[in-house]
Amino acid sequence: MKFIDEYRDADLTHKLLADIQKTVTRPWTLMEVCGGQTHSIIKSGLDQMLPPEINLIHGPGCPVCVTPLELVDKAIALASRPDVIFTSYGDMLRVPGSRRDLFDVKAAGGDVRIVYSPLDALKIAQNNPQKTVIFFAIGFETTAPANAMAVLQARAQNLSNFAVLVSHVTVPAAIIALMDSPDVLVGGFLAAGHVCTVMGFWEYEPLAKKYHIPIVVTGFEPVDIAHGILDCVHELEAGTYHVRNAYARSVTREGNRSAQTVIRKVFEMTDRAWRGIGIIPMSGYRLRDEFAAFDAEQRFPEVQSIETLESPLCISGLVLQGRKKPSECPAFGKECTPQMPLGATMVSSEGACAAYYRYGRYQPTYENK
Amino acid sequence: MKTNKDNLNLLGWTCPRPLQNYPTIVMGHGAGGLMMADLIEHLFAPAFDNEWLAQMGDATVLDNVFLDIPNSSLAFTTDSFVVTPLFFPGGNIGELAVYGTVNDLAMRGAKPLYLSAGFILEEGLPMETLGNIVVAMAQACKKVGVKIAAGDTKVVQKGHGDGIYINTSGLGSIPTGVDIGPGNARPGDALLVSGTMGDHGIAIMSVREGLTFQTEIQSDTAPLNGLVEAMVAAGKIHCLRDATRGGLAAVLNELAGSSKVGIEFDERKVPLRPEVNAACEMLGLDPLYVANEGKLVALVPGEAAEQVLAAMHQHEYGKDAAIIGRVVTQHPGLVTAKTSIGGMRVVDVPAGELLPRIC
Repeated sequence: MKFIDEYRDADLTHKLLADIQKTVTRPWTLMEVCGGQTHSIIKSGLDQMLPPEINLIHGPGCPVCVTPLELVDKAIALASRPDVIFTSYGDMLRVPGSRRDLFDVKAAGGDVRIVYSPLDALKIAQNNPQKTVIFFAIGFETTAPANAMAVLQARAQNLSNFAVLVSHVTVPAAIIALMDSPDVLVGGFLAAGHVCTVMGFWEYEPLAKKYHIPIVVTGFEPVDIAHGILDCVHELEAGTYHVRNAYARSVTREGNRSAQTVIRKVFEMTDRAWRGIGIIPMSGYRLRDEFAAFDAEQRFPEVQSIETLESPLCISGLVLQGRKKPSECPAFGKECTPQMPLGATMVSSEGACAAYYRYGRYQPTYENK
Repeated sequence: MKTNKDNLNLLGWTCPRPLQNYPTIVMGHGAGGLMMADLIEHLFAPAFDNEWLAQMGDATVLDNVFLDIPNSSLAFTTDSFVVTPLFFPGGNIGELAVYGTVNDLAMRGAKPLYLSAGFILEEGLPMETLGNIVVAMAQACKKVGVKIAAGDTKVVQKGHGDGIYINTSGLGSIPTGVDIGPGNARPGDALLVSGTMGDHGIAIMSVREGLTFQTEIQSDTAPLNGLVEAMVAAGKIHCLRDATRGGLAAVLNELAGSSKVGIEFDERKVPLRPEVNAACEMLGLDPLYVANEGKLVALVPGEAAEQVLAAMHQHEYGKDAAIIGRVVTQHPGLVTAKTSIGGMRVVDVPAGELLPRIC
């Protein structure tokens, strides 16, 4: 596949790994922000091929994982209504709520449908005028433009039976929260390439300066990630802290202006709760008041007061902040598996726990390593 | 889309009543009376035309049929088919219902002989749709050389089914000396696949509501009994599985578990259509977990691997066959893959439904 295979090239990866090895003189801890990167690192086995000085910890950038339990419970309550068709990206369905997940709702007769795009949810709304069609609008800056566009289109088409349940979060606020926490472990960040494709990377420049920490915009294929790590190690070894772009084929400093305009038109910044982490000030988007008619929480105010119940065993909050590796959780692979997940990090294939469980359990000790 | 429209001639099968009077299935077609008898007489019996079905007894008597194959064992299997949509690029539920059960028999080295067919029809199913499906099944049986020797029809109320569900059971005979089973894998065995992975699952996904995308990918729905016969003639076979639900990953995990061995393979050697690979990239799916309906996985003793592979290449359903890995003594029960960059990962059992990733 053009534009993908060349970034999975074994020779090129090994060359970059050798460069990293040559450059590194002492241990460094890097955090890859995005769950898509975690997935790719573990799936390609890149983590096992890095020099031992490089410790990768997995950041909070899995949209499924950080969607707060309260919102999952709200989704479950809305999806259970007979007058609602609830639409969602696939991997939200197995995320455990306080008592059950969206698959349970579906089995109990709720109309829950997997869609690929909020625009598909719009189509379902057009075809089912007697029902309210709700789209679960989660994700980082990456999914926000499409979700905003769906709301704009619904308004343009006078589609009064369409609504969104919004739980958008943003990356820079998460980096600030991590850096402001008392025991910072991270020496450098690999920023999420897709988020930066939309937003650019100018937002990260003041953060790098304030916290004296290099931030490297990084893609998702093994070659991209090795490239990002190499750039970050160069900065760290030199004692510098610039923002670098190791994903220039997709990202510019300014980002995609028209996508940003659409986001600003529909959403405004708000405090958001992150599952396992807590409330981070001004860390997400909510619908602007002029779009209140499309806000599922306002349309069904009874879901506002929901009591949540998190598993006492799950340490996904510590995992999302990079303070623990999934394998350090006592429940990992025992009480908690992808079949019976206790926390969202075990559900999504981008979640660090699921990625570890799926790809990393077996540590090779024989000649193939 | 293949509909068999050209082959369907309802007039040819029917007296004027009731098939022409009812353009769709109604509850009466499952009520055991005249309407049901007409459905059997004018649709099922002519399509599946054979002497065993023609007995029309509560049970079919298969007398003396196994006498010509002394010392052979009997293989028996059942499978139910609930696919949506009923017609998809490259196939339909009727072909699946025949080939699925035929393939299950073939995976034990059995020659498929007889099938039963149970139909659960939803009230309102267009008679033409049922006709097309039954014709497709009849043609599939002919291609394989298997007979539908027993059948049943029930009708459920509108809203209680997806148009049609089909269950088929199958009987086959295993020639003397053939011993193919999931527990037979041994360290040193070579791992072979018969062709490109994931075609069926992606073809189906491409036409489902909410996921529609433009693609030329066709389902690989196909009978594998002929291919297995050619493989058995070429060399010793330890294990065979058709890589249906859960794809290659699920089947390899089952084999590793049943045989208590480790399996390792090279991701780069797994045959993949570029279109399937691209669709999986777009959907955030791993092609190793996507379903096939005409592909098998084989574990054969290392020394027989090249001969068996050559035989597969000669067969229309094994043209793209490849040796992709081996059975090892390490990590029993676990399947590992060498990745595109030369790393290593565990290829686990899928947890449940394949869930597209968000971004």
